[in-house]
Amino acid sequence: MEKETCTFSYCQRPEVVTVESDLLIVGGGMSACGAAFEAVRWANAAEKAGKGKLKITLVDKAAMDRSGAVAMGLSAINTYMGENDPADYVRMVRGDLMGIIREDIVYDLGRHVDDTVETFEDWGLPIWKKDDSGHTLDGAGGGKKLKDGGKPVRSGKWQIMINGESYKVIVAEAAKKALGLENIYERVFITKYLLDEKEDNRIAGAIGFSVRENKVYLFKTSVILSGCGGAVNVFRPRSVAEGQGRAWYPVWNSGSGYATGAMVGAEMTMMENRFVPARFKDGYGPVGAWFLFFKAKATNSYGEDYCTGENFEETKKLYSPYAEKLGTCIRNHMMMMDMKKGKGPILMNTDKAMAELAKTMDAKQIKHLEAEAWEDFLDMCIGQAGLWAGMDVEPDKFPSEIMPTEPYLLGSHAGCAGFWVSGPDDLGAPADWHWGYNRMSTVKGLFMMGDICGASGHKFSSGSHAEGRIAAKSGIAFILDNKGFKPTINKPAEEITAEMYLPFEIYEKYKNHSTAPEINPNYIKPRMIQARLQKIADEYFGGISTWYMTSKTMLEDGLRQLMMLKEDASKTAAKDLHELLRAWENYHRIWAIETHARHILFREESRYPGYYYRGDHLAIDDKNWKCFVNSRFDPKTGQWNVFKRDYVQLVD
Amino acid sequence: MPSFVITEKCDGCKAQDKTACQYICPNDLMKLDRDKMKAFNQEPEQCWECYNCVKICPQQAIEVRGYADFVPLGGSVIPMRGSDSIMWTVKFRNGKLKRFKFPIRTTPEGSIDPYAGKPEANIDNIKKPGYFTHQGAGKALPSIKK
Repeated sequence: MEKETCTFSYCQRPEVVTVESDLLIVGGGMSACGAAFEAVRWANAAEKAGKGKLKITLVDKAAMDRSGAVAMGLSAINTYMGENDPADYVRMVRGDLMGIIREDIVYDLGRHVDDTVETFEDWGLPIWKKDDSGHTLDGAGGGKKLKDGGKPVRSGKWQIMINGESYKVIVAEAAKKALGLENIYERVFITKYLLDEKEDNRIAGAIGFSVRENKVYLFKTSVILSGCGGAVNVFRPRSVAEGQGRAWYPVWNSGSGYATGAMVGAEMTMMENRFVPARFKDGYGPVGAWFLFFKAKATNSYGEDYCTGENFEETKKLYSPYAEKLGTCIRNHMMMMDMKKGKGPILMNTDKAMAELAKTMDAKQIKHLEAEAWEDFLDMCIGQAGLWAGMDVEPDKFPSEIMPTEPYLLGSHAGCAGFWVSGPDDLGAPADWHWGYNRMSTVKGLFMMGDICGASGHKFSSGSHAEGRIAAKSGIAFILDNKGFKPTINKPAEEITAEMYLPFEIYEKYKNHSTAPEINPNYIKPRMIQARLQKIADEYFGGISTWYMTSKTMLEDGLRQLMMLKEDASKTAAKDLHELLRAWENYHRIWAIETHARHILFREESRYPGYYYRGDHLAIDDKNWKCFVNSRFDPKTGQWNVFKRDYVQLVD
Repeated sequence: MPSFVITEKCDGCKAQDKTACQYICPNDLMKLDRDKMKAFNQEPEQCWECYNCVKICPQQAIEVRGYADFVPLGGSVIPMRGSDSIMWTVKFRNGKLKRFKFPIRTTPEGSIDPYAGKPEANIDNIKKPGYFTHQGAGKALPSIKK
């Protein structure tokens, strides 16, 4: 296949703006906002101590007020220790993620996170409280603040309820004020991180383009804090028309964090992990509050608990002792056993739960309870409220169907796919788990936060903000220890810019060849790249169409087809800046799914039944596989190396 | 379609320096048609129904029509976002209405001083455990008990 190049013969040449800073935050979500808040405070302290002025810059592909996974809002903060011991938090995360996590990183997050939640409340986030008589007050209802001993309303051991419509607006306002608007670049999409010319394996910058004007931004920096979210719409979703926008996780999480880090050779960990949440069918509205707060039960259509009896006995045969812990993936597994027997639809019995609670409540309390149930959707999944309105569903009158979704890659919710990073050095972890700077990847100067910091899930929104703060503090320490370093980009800006604008050049060169520019043998449009990616992932890497089943032979053939897609991506055509954004997002998605498939291929067992199965290794094999699977792409040779690293238990 | 713009109500934000919906959409979906001076959703199958365009529109010109591949017609969910609370009107296909009001923040918009009441960072402690807030309050972080 002939290779296309961009010489700006057909498309317009962009202006290249160079921005120099000491620390660059990539992303604008929860972890990025946390990073901004902590970094500025330490940079100010450094300046006061006569160590010079540090310039901190943030770049976001959207607008910070409503960017990232919390853009819509949330109805709960899922990680708040309060009276709990961070060691118990480690035990919970380990149990849910099937025994293999970085306990140093998880413990570290647990011991930091409450400060972040209490700070949110100072900034104006309404947090529900219990009053002295045990009644619930909403977040604007007064009551003592958390830091003064106020009692939050727990919907589970780790979760607290909030009025979170403006959660991200509030957190972003604080981050923007801390940074100063002059240091924030919104609507600029980073396509690649850049390595240093003089020193191997060291970050020197990042490059991206404005999605609003014909400009390319070259950021020179010695530290990048990367917080670009997980990977969504990489597998073919259950809804393939306009409903594919109603992804369970934010549809704009395009795997950019995984791709940008992998391309510069940062070591990845547990990329075989994925998350398949069981949610209300189609709307993908949250079930957590229904399970935890309203005590609703999920059953098959015969009213039977699918996690008992024959299903449970069969599951124990393959997955003991994990089956007995009833982790999220195991419950999915047994739900699907009943679905395959035709015992669906699987139902969330909202009606029975509300009737039960109504027994001890008066009419006013019931009305309040109903409002709480709706707020759960309206704060964080408005589309689910729209679905119930359109279907005439009243949750107190009849149950609603739940179903496992298409797979998602992430590391901050109930998943742990991400990068291998340095942990804290004071928690007794093995010596090769920490190399001086907390949350720094194996690439010098490149730090990972939130969804892309691996082997450490269940951070959620508060934990991601907390992790951004941890990374930012050590990022500043890294800068102060490396004052002499001046980043030099290892490639000419002209070359990277030409590569970035290639989809424009291709489109302009060929668009008049056919009468309908969507159908043209010389190129492929971003939308079709995504459709082909989703089809390969779904059919070969264990998506919904095979009930999450894959194997060595299927993965190998899927990877062969994926490599052809990756080649074809160099023929992507974009007609405007919006399509250029989609072109690069989908290129990032290809990288994310490639790492996922390579890891599943390497791990010869089914570690996460209910999320995916290796049909050729259907059981969990602790003897050989209770270990991390890590990988590294070598940017010099283009070769992948996948290998094991020992798991070490730190908390009993 | 998810979000759609009502032709009669949209004025292309001509009084503003930028179109509100285009500014806020997390997925770069809203676009201004400069000939008509009306905004539209350019890629409805990538709409998360996050409602940020709906909430921000100064003309209340944007609503949401449920995803056609699974939502029957006739229902609607419409917010009115104020400075400290949000009102929701949920209309069912059968015509029933439900209204809800929830607080959204306890401080005035734009009033946040991120470091108010927080200690300064002490650069000598940058390699010690804890945020500047923990250190400034003299709070020692716990460690894993052996």
